[in-house]
Amino acid sequence: MITRRKLLLGLAASTALAGCDNRAASMFLAGMGRWNERVDRLLFSENRLAPEPPASELTPEAAFPSYFISDDMPFAPDNWALKVGGVVARPSIFSLEQLKRMPQTGMRIRHHCVEGWSAVAEWRGVQLREIARMVGASRDAQYVEFKSFDNGYYSTWDIESSLHPQTILAYGMNGRPLYPDHGAPLRLYSPVKLGYKNVKYLTEVNFLPTRAGGYWEDQGYDWYGGV
Amino acid sequence: MAGSGLQIFAAYPALGPRGAQYKWYPFQNDAPPSWLRFGGWLAGARHWHFAIAWFLILNGAIYLIYMVASGEWRRRVFIPTRDTSNALAMFAYYLRIRKTPPPEEFYNGLQRMAYTSAILFGVVVVMSGLAIYKPVQLYWITAALGGYDVARVVHLSCLVLLASFTAMHLVLVVLHPRTIVTMVTGGQRG
Repeated sequence: MITRRKLLLGLAASTALAGCDNRAASMFLAGMGRWNERVDRLLFSENRLAPEPPASELTPEAAFPSYFISDDMPFAPDNWALKVGGVVARPSIFSLEQLKRMPQTGMRIRHHCVEGWSAVAEWRGVQLREIARMVGASRDAQYVEFKSFDNGYYSTWDIESSLHPQTILAYGMNGRPLYPDHGAPLRLYSPVKLGYKNVKYLTEVNFLPTRAGGYWEDQGYDWYGGV
Repeated sequence: MAGSGLQIFAAYPALGPRGAQYKWYPFQNDAPPSWLRFGGWLAGARHWHFAIAWFLILNGAIYLIYMVASGEWRRRVFIPTRDTSNALAMFAYYLRIRKTPPPEEFYNGLQRMAYTSAILFGVVVVMSGLAIYKPVQLYWITAALGGYDVARVVHLSCLVLLASFTAMHLVLVVLHPRTIVTMVTGGQRG
């Protein structure tokens, strides 16, 4: 859980490094952060699709950065399956084959990293809203938590962004199966969030009534991370 | 804003998308020096940048509304048909090409040009900032500026231009120290 205390501690760390280690600065930043999230949510539109750049702007694969927090590249266990739970009518486990048989969504999207770089790739997968419908996600589900087998990397999203038509669980990239460096066998992908919100190496998706944190978010990065 | 912006820039101190960085930019992958940066780390700098941005916008909005409502813009804004020849004459005077300064009212033409361009840079720095802050939700701003990576170039360019303006401004204040009084009091009316 990301609590106000945790957030303040994270912000205190940023202000301390900025040379003004005081509570007032942290309170100011936390307040403005809450204000910015409200504006972010107002700006967000459920129906606005990210524009698709032309194929000529595709990023050469070697130039598309790939990150993981484990010491070595994480590889999926042999019995890999996706667990979907939380406040849902039918908690389920999906194999990769089952996911691939669901309606497919493909898109060419510019990726925006929190660091400031952008890169373009084609992604293929199943819309998360389709999964939400299949498992019967409750109306109480205001958040969605995504867990991975990458040493505990995780993130939590607001439900509106999670159900956006371009938010998919992707198993394909640039016309072939997802490679391990980009989160094989399954990763979260959406143009409406910054890169660090798009969890790779998925194992679990939980529809939650309350807000949870994330690997970078717990360290002080913006929780909403909207683009 | 500048310090936290450069701290953010330091996380990817390059221009152009991954795999297609712009060849014309000479400082590709060179981070700005740490004494120019503020916020400690990327997340901290982002919190500062997006917090203070509101006050920059508020300040700019109040200024622009006052300029228009009070009619002050008439004697402050650079109007090419009125001010170009005066600005060129003033520039020639500064370069010692011309011995006497051109006739001067509240502002001379060169001042009007400088101050008006600073206002323009301010407007563009905010628009390009929004373009790279929300390239999906505000895609029309991003598209109008030529896309995400071009908007990043525009944003950084505005910083360079505004910093140059400030530096030039300070140099001229040092050369004409008596102007400080009128700058603070607003000078003569009318």
